[in-house]
Amino acid sequence: MSLILIALLPFLGAFLPPLLIRAGRNAAAWSAGLTTLLALVGLLTHAPEVFSGQVVHTRIEWVPGLGLNANFFLDGLGLLFAGLILGIGLLIIVYARFYLSRQDPMGQFYAYLLMFQGAMVGIVLSDNILLLLVFWELTSLSSFLLIGFWKHLPEGRQGARMALTVTGMGGLAMIAGLLILGQIAGSYDLSVILTQKDVIQASPHYLAALILILIGAFAKSAQFPFHFWLPHAMAAPTPVSAYLHSATMVKAGLFLMARLWPVLAGTEAWFYIVATTGLVTMVLGAKIALFKDDLKALLAFSTVSHLGLITMLLGFGTKIAAVTAVFHIINHATFKAALFMTAGIIDHETGTRDIKRLGGLRKLMPVTFAMAALASLSMAGIPPLNGFLSKEMMLEEAAHTVWWHSHYILPALVVIGASFSAAYSFRLIAHTFLGPERSDYPAHPHDPGPGLWLPPALLVSLVVLIGLFSSVIVGPLVAIASQAVIGDAKLPYYSLKIWHGFTPALYMSAFATVAGLFLLWQHKALERLWNAAPRPEAKTIFDAGVGVVSRLSDRITATLHDGALTRYAAIFTVFTLVMGLYAYFTGTLPAAQSAMTDIDALAVVGWVCLVVSASCVVVFHRNRLLALVVIGVTGLMVSLLFNYFSAPDLALTQISVEVVTIILLLLALNFMPKTTPVASTLQRRARDLVIAGTAGLGVGGLAYAILRGTFSQPSISEFHLANSYKGGGGTNVVNVILVDFRGFDTFGEIIVLGIAAVVIFALTEAILASNVRAKLLNRKPDRQRAGDAHPLMMVVVTRVMMPIALMVGVYIFFRGHNLPGGGFIAGLVVAIAFVMQYMASGFAWTAARQTFPYHGVIGSGVLIAAATGMGAWFNDLPFLTSAFGYVYLPGLDKFELATAALFDLGVFLAVSGAVLLALESLARYAWQPGIEPEHPMDINPERDDPPLDNTEKAEV
Amino acid sequence: MEILVASAIAVLTTCGVYLVLRRRTFPVILGISLLSYAVNIFLFSTGRLVQHLPPILIKHGHTSYTDPLPQALVLTAIVISFGMTALVVMIALGAFLSSDEDEIDMKDTPESGEAQ
Repeated sequence: MSLILIALLPFLGAFLPPLLIRAGRNAAAWSAGLTTLLALVGLLTHAPEVFSGQVVHTRIEWVPGLGLNANFFLDGLGLLFAGLILGIGLLIIVYARFYLSRQDPMGQFYAYLLMFQGAMVGIVLSDNILLLLVFWELTSLSSFLLIGFWKHLPEGRQGARMALTVTGMGGLAMIAGLLILGQIAGSYDLSVILTQKDVIQASPHYLAALILILIGAFAKSAQFPFHFWLPHAMAAPTPVSAYLHSATMVKAGLFLMARLWPVLAGTEAWFYIVATTGLVTMVLGAKIALFKDDLKALLAFSTVSHLGLITMLLGFGTKIAAVTAVFHIINHATFKAALFMTAGIIDHETGTRDIKRLGGLRKLMPVTFAMAALASLSMAGIPPLNGFLSKEMMLEEAAHTVWWHSHYILPALVVIGASFSAAYSFRLIAHTFLGPERSDYPAHPHDPGPGLWLPPALLVSLVVLIGLFSSVIVGPLVAIASQAVIGDAKLPYYSLKIWHGFTPALYMSAFATVAGLFLLWQHKALERLWNAAPRPEAKTIFDAGVGVVSRLSDRITATLHDGALTRYAAIFTVFTLVMGLYAYFTGTLPAAQSAMTDIDALAVVGWVCLVVSASCVVVFHRNRLLALVVIGVTGLMVSLLFNYFSAPDLALTQISVEVVTIILLLLALNFMPKTTPVASTLQRRARDLVIAGTAGLGVGGLAYAILRGTFSQPSISEFHLANSYKGGGGTNVVNVILVDFRGFDTFGEIIVLGIAAVVIFALTEAILASNVRAKLLNRKPDRQRAGDAHPLMMVVVTRVMMPIALMVGVYIFFRGHNLPGGGFIAGLVVAIAFVMQYMASGFAWTAARQTFPYHGVIGSGVLIAAATGMGAWFNDLPFLTSAFGYVYLPGLDKFELATAALFDLGVFLAVSGAVLLALESLARYAWQPGIEPEHPMDINPERDDPPLDNTEKAEV
Repeated sequence: MEILVASAIAVLTTCGVYLVLRRRTFPVILGISLLSYAVNIFLFSTGRLVQHLPPILIKHGHTSYTDPLPQALVLTAIVISFGMTALVVMIALGAFLSSDEDEIDMKDTPESGEAQ
């Protein structure tokens, strides 16, 4: 099975449980379990290759320019981790089926679990570190969902939030670190990075990359000082804790350290940062665990401690320590997952996980007792269980490690940590299962059904078997995984066995066991001391920190983003002006290179009209209707300007857009105040005038500079002029650019226009569905209405004009390719033809005769344009490649058929539909019952009401 | 001629920016329209001011034409600016009808943070 499929299977499978939960909880569990099993089998099919020393690759190019690819690879380390993730995942799925109650949404649970599983598998199989980062963040997100699965519990929500904050923050640091690493190595592929040890360690950025990556790894693996999130994540359902905190989430950090070990390890910085952090975490976690009464909290801190141990081993930087770390990862995953599951069983069956309320469960729950005892003893490091083996190897390594010129500090601290570790493991057995039976358990304790005890039992049997026959069962796996960790170097000599002779490690181990028993014996006294001593509460500190940050950002947001849009606009304008002034004063402006063209009288008249009308808009802007009329003049002058300077297409477009814009604004003004009150102080108006004047000077000056300058590069327009007829088959170059050369832009623009119109329609729907509707229905017009709403002459003229206007539209459309015109202008003209009917004859009359929806017009326009573009594919040409030819029909002149014309038809439909939909939406606001006379025109050829009956009147 | 066009752009920009800085929706919409004119003429003028040479190819006669590219850009800009104006008008109208208020500055205090 392809590696990509293995990583994707859990994500695909995540859809199944929420769907199948309707068929029952078993169906959901089966679908999750089978998905995992399938992925596991797929993984195992690659096992023989990996065991023979090969590395399996799957490559997919994604964005090569950015160094992004979806490359996956599987080596010993990946196989070990993926096996743990999928194998323990399978057990957890079984266990969760029987653990969760009927009230829990199991479909959701399995979906989250599978997503998490997929993300984890993705991390360990990724070859590309950017891809790895994506999966890394996915684990943070999906674990957030899992930890906060019991949404009704505040602890669950807070724990989830804390985990996401801490691991997410670490993830951000790691992104930076890995990007630096990729830059140093010159590739984002792990298989390349791992060969660049010398380059990386010699780089001046090595330390920065190392620290950033380690922050991410430490945050994920709950290393001091980021360890505090892990115990709070225990608010999750126990299957989640068992999964996240034994084999997966917290091991991701270790995985990354192990993965990058060949290139990062071996330096002094690595040793002191990683080994010291691991050491501190190990001792601290073990000490706190001893005083935790909640079973899961105890296990949580013991996890922190063991993660510290593995981190420390990786930090040593020696090959044999790396082997030991790999071995302990396996052992810890087995006994810790089993312990979490038994803790869950105890919680499930007795109703509490408070050690203080437990005790004497030995006889009541013999199976659970046996499992918990074996796993705990393994955790304490008692022979012949697997925990003992890796612990011996660890002590042996620690005994030889020199820390800060001292041969004794590190071994001594490690032994202290080991003693605490033994003590809490013994306490777990003694205070939960041993001692007298009690009568006040919250529920009647008994062993659970096999669904709950089989998964941990399987793990416990592994604990024993690995302990007894380590080299047979896990020897090859440890060998290939260690080989992957230490890279190309030769695997050092080691032996996985119980008896190594009378070594220092044995004495240390024996001492730790005895000390552990002593600590347990003195637990009551120590606990009093512990409770009396002040200690920082991580959650309080964390909450205070988050509080400070959130208040700070609240304040910044409230200051910068205070909702005064005028102020934003002013700041934006002033800032732009400052940038422009800076450029003006620091840059150089070439002298005018081209001569001024002569000014003629017509241009002066136009200029005066334009300037005066624009100024009048400002002067009279308080009288809104007047301002609207005057701005119409401005638009008209702009259109004439385009015409004057050889742009007939622009002039046509501008004038037709002007018409619809003014109509639109008039319609809107119908519902808005007709005047603008004086709101700003004189000072403010003066300030705004200064800002506006400076902006005007700046833009005008820039325009003048451009007009008097020459092109610094030859213009690409020459290409368009030269190829318009040859390549595009049209002589109107502007139109050919729109529908052919830059057809893709135009395609995007008609889509944008269509979206704008549909949004306008949706807004109208939403507004008319709210209480605004009642207001509109009861609205009294604020000025007197015209006596004749539909003047006869206007109705007649517009109806007569309708076919003429449509014909003009069609004409403009068809000539567009060769003469000024085209889809845009034709669309606007046709829209105006329809709008005339709305205006003259009334909305109701027109709407009753207009049978097609404007959405459909927009949609068909976009679809026609798209289909035209796709047509090119059938000729193996890129999207929107045009074609044209000439057709001779008898009796007619030769005429041209071009696909560009079809595309222009799409433009035409989209534009006319969008304009009409926007105006129609606005017009719907005006609808009131009874305002529409039945017939806008007295003489209506279609009128169907009965003629006035004079005889009847006479009788009355 | 250049000075006329540049000064027209300047006046349109000044009027547009001044109106955009007003507090009511309607003047702001008018201001955006005036600014659109200014921007469109500015873009158009980057192709230089040429008279009587529209970019319509003809077989016989002169062989030089004005720059067609800015024209194509401005043509779509005009149509898109209509879409934008229509959308802004609709938002302004909806806001006015729902709140009887056409000021654009929001007055309410920032919302309180999420309860822990």
